[in-house]
Amino acid sequence: MTALMIINMRNILSVIMLGGIYSLISAILFVVLDAVDVAFTEAAVGAGISTVLFLSAFAITGKHHDLKRRNHFPALLAVLVMGAGLMYSTLDMPAWGDAEAPVHQHVAPRYLEDSYAEVGVPNIVTSVLASYRGFDTLGEVTVVFTALIAVLLLLGAIREDEDQS
Amino acid sequence: MISALINDLYAYWISVLLMMAGLYIVIDHSNLFKKLVGLNIFQTSVFIMFIAMGKVDGGTAPIIEKGYTVFSNPLPHVLILTAIVVSIATTSVGLALVVKINKHYQSVDEQEIEKIELQE
Amino acid sequence: MKKNPILRETSHVLIPVILLFALYVQFHGDYGPGGGFQAGVIFASGIILYVLLHGIKKTEKIISLQTTKLLAALGLLIYCAVGVAGMLLGGLFLEYNVLAADPVAGQHWGILFIELGVGITVASVILAVFYAFAKFEK
Repeated sequence: MTALMIINMRNILSVIMLGGIYSLISAILFVVLDAVDVAFTEAAVGAGISTVLFLSAFAITGKHHDLKRRNHFPALLAVLVMGAGLMYSTLDMPAWGDAEAPVHQHVAPRYLEDSYAEVGVPNIVTSVLASYRGFDTLGEVTVVFTALIAVLLLLGAIREDEDQS
Repeated sequence: MISALINDLYAYWISVLLMMAGLYIVIDHSNLFKKLVGLNIFQTSVFIMFIAMGKVDGGTAPIIEKGYTVFSNPLPHVLILTAIVVSIATTSVGLALVVKINKHYQSVDEQEIEKIELQE
Repeated sequence: MKKNPILRETSHVLIPVILLFALYVQFHGDYGPGGGFQAGVIFASGIILYVLLHGIKKTEKIISLQTTKLLAALGLLIYCAVGVAGMLLGGLFLEYNVLAADPVAGQHWGILFIELGVGITVASVILAVFYAFAKFEK
């Protein structure tokens, strides 16, 4: 629903605020789907930080309007074709919430059964994140660090510091 | 038969619809801020897809506690946790690019930027 | 915003609680929802709230852009150091079992330090990005 409203909004400020609300709603959805860690992160990151960053970038540019469009048809066609294809492919997917689905057969049972004895941490998400998949998390922290370097280079904050010293 | 199909798959369809909305914003709107918001919606639709796959009927959050035996699959949660933090990193790089583009062209709209490019 | 007394006083009450909650999330991540990512984001948002209310100059006296850059690198280094420590003690890279006499205790130490590294990096990266946007001049 919020996503549909975002499509129609032309004022960029309200688009940004609706983006924040949309994140909060999806966080609630994650709680319903039992992913408490993910919901926590989405609420803090999506609804909090990313809205603040959007607003601060918006304050720099200060452009308030989205222009009127020429022709909606090609975009609409592309989106509908993609949507139809994806819908068709979901027909092959296992039923939602099915405990016998292939997703739950591979490594997940091992994490659920053995992780407490092996790692001794009740929160399985934490133990998988930091222990079994430590390399993933290392790569991910590196991505965040690289993003910082990219932002600082683009905005020229590195040069500015050198000028001061 | 149809109602059983809807009952089984509606969680995936929600994420497909959100993905369509996000893609539509990215393609059809020329304002760069709006494109980034659309990209965020697109990302979140993928997150919802993954988390929905991890859900088990009658399960609870994957935190071991006495009295609970059925848990949701923790693996998608871990992957999406990582993806959310990466998404904020990419969004911030995108915003930095938008700010730079605005400095160069005095505009954040693709159509206006095209016009300026043609004039030069 | 500096002249609004209600906002200022509320922030005096709220900011310490936000920072404390971030630390709770950081170290309670083993038992409940939470961990380094969330703690880093909450910590950074506490400081961003301070920036919004008191201005960037005042905040930079407490924690400058230079400091956040150093801290971001430090967090990543802590993470790698845990991995290398495992190697030095005879295990594989990022194998925590060898960090203490008991494998489970070793896992505990490993996760604790890794989450610490993640938390420091995420908090300082978000803060530094926010600084970069806030200090940018048209």
